[in-house]
Formats: sequence, structure tokens, C-alpha cells
Amino acid sequence: MDVQLKRGLLDVCVLAAIRNEDSYGYKIIKDMKPYIELSESTLYTILKRLELAEMLTVRTAEHDGRLRKYYHITDAGKKRIDEFKDEWNEIMSIYQFVIKEGQQDV
Amino acid sequence: MSKQEFLAQLKDGLSGLPQSDIEERVAFYEEMIDDRIEEGLSEEQAVSEIGSVEQVIAQIVEDTPFTRIVKERVRPKRKLQTWEIVLLILGSPVWAALLIAAFAVMLSIYIVIWSVIISLWAVDLSLFISALACIVAIFFIPASGSGASVLALISASLVLVGLSIFVFFGCKAATKGAVILTKKVALGIKNLFIGKERAR
Repeated sequence: MDVQLKRGLLDVCVLAAIRNEDSYGYKIIKDMKPYIELSESTLYTILKRLELAEMLTVRTAEHDGRLRKYYHITDAGKKRIDEFKDEWNEIMSIYQFVIKEGQQDV
Repeated sequence: MSKQEFLAQLKDGLSGLPQSDIEERVAFYEEMIDDRIEEGLSEEQAVSEIGSVEQVIAQIVEDTPFTRIVKERVRPKRKLQTWEIVLLILGSPVWAALLIAAFAVMLSIYIVIWSVIISLWAVDLSLFISALACIVAIFFIPASGSGASVLALISASLVLVGLSIFVFFGCKAATKGAVILTKKVALGIKNLFIGKERAR
């Protein structure tokens, strides 16, 4: 898949994973696993990027005697998910065009 | 591999990065391993699920912008002492001159290589011009001239054209070689830099 496209998709996936409740690294990977495989280093890069873009905030909390980072979605993050849904309609209409026009040649 | 081994190797492998980056990365992977252990995996299994340290390090280095590595590398590991700064300034006529000399040597080597190539092209061009001159000269031979001199000029021009074509391919190959060499040297310098960074 195109790198830029995949990057954009993964960003939204991670945002969706923390949409309803704050989550932590391993849980995000586990929740996404049935849909999309995500490595630790990739997740780290995405989380950093989203934090810089102020789409999520990070807090460190104690869990079971150790520290764990929890990620919380911001309004900007929620807005990004909504934007993605709109974009997706656009992409789907492009997809329909590609399928329709692509078939005529064959 | 145990968790501690994994984290220690990770820390070593990332030592080219800024300290805060290293700590954050290590903490991130530690949390990932701990969460897997909490879920019931053995320490060994949890670590192996993360993947090999080498792979993780390679991925992180790839994700880190080159400028960030350079910045860290250029930044002194400790604060310079006052006397060191004084020495640096006092010694500047020496080290600055050496630096300029090194740069000048590199530049002159580069210029020498390219002047050889330019002279090769000049030889080729002169061969071609001579061939043209021979052809033009044919028309200036007085009518009384012998047929032999016309024949000589024609054959000379043919030989010169042939030579110039022959040399042309040589020139092309030499230029190509020099360009490839230049690129390789540039790549070598960059690789040396990153390689050192990783090995450290």
C-alpha cells in the first residue's frame, strides 16, 4: 500500500482506538490486531506525531507498581476522525469511478 | 532473552540519539514487555514478541531524522572547560588552517580528476575539428595540385573522424566513471558517519 496513504490510515486507526476511553500502548496494538497489524516502533512514531499535532495528550499513571502511559484523545483528534469519515466518502466515489472506467478497457 | 538484556541492548544501540529520546524509547518498550507479562506470557515470550533488538534499533534509526543524529553527534558530550575554549581560540590559526588545507586538498583532487576528463574531451573535439579542416582544405587545393594530395586529405579526414568517434566513447565512459566515483565517495562519507553512529 502507498506509504503516505497507510500512514494517514494508521493515524486515524490509533485515534479511533482511544476514541471512547483512554488507552495504553499494548491495548491499542491488541485492539487493532484483528484489523491491522501494527509494530511497536510504528505505534511509537504515530503516537509521537499525534501528540505533536495535539490530537492526543499523554499522562503517566501508576499501574500495578509500575508506570504506564495513557493516551487521551483531544477535540482536535475527534475532529480528525470526523474529517476522515468525510474524506472516505470522497475516496469511495473515486473508487467507484476507477472500478467503472477501469472495466471498460478490459 | 530477558527483559533486562533486551532493554540494555536497545539502550546501547540507540546511544547516537539524544538522551531524552533513548529514555523515552526504553520506557516505551519496557511497558510493552511488562503488559505482555501481565497478560500471562513468560518474560522470554514477551520479549520475543517484540522482535529482535537489531530490527527494533534499525527501525528507530530509520524513523529518526538524520539532522537529529547529526545534532547529537556534533553536540559535545560534556561542557567545555574554560581553558579548553581559550586553547581552541588560541589554536585557531593552526586548526583552522589545517581544516582549510584539508578542504583545499580534497577540492584540488576533485578538480584534477575533472580536468583530466575535460582535456580528454578537448582532445576529442580537436580531432573532430582537424577532420573538418582537412575536408575544407580539399577545396583550397589549386586545380593544378596533384590528385594524390586530395586523396591524402580525404583519407586523413576519414581517419580523424574515425578517431574522434572512437575517443568520444572513451570520454563518455571516463565521465560516467567520474560521476559514479563522486557519488560513491559522497555515499561512503555518509555511511561512515551512520555506521560509526550505530556501532558506538
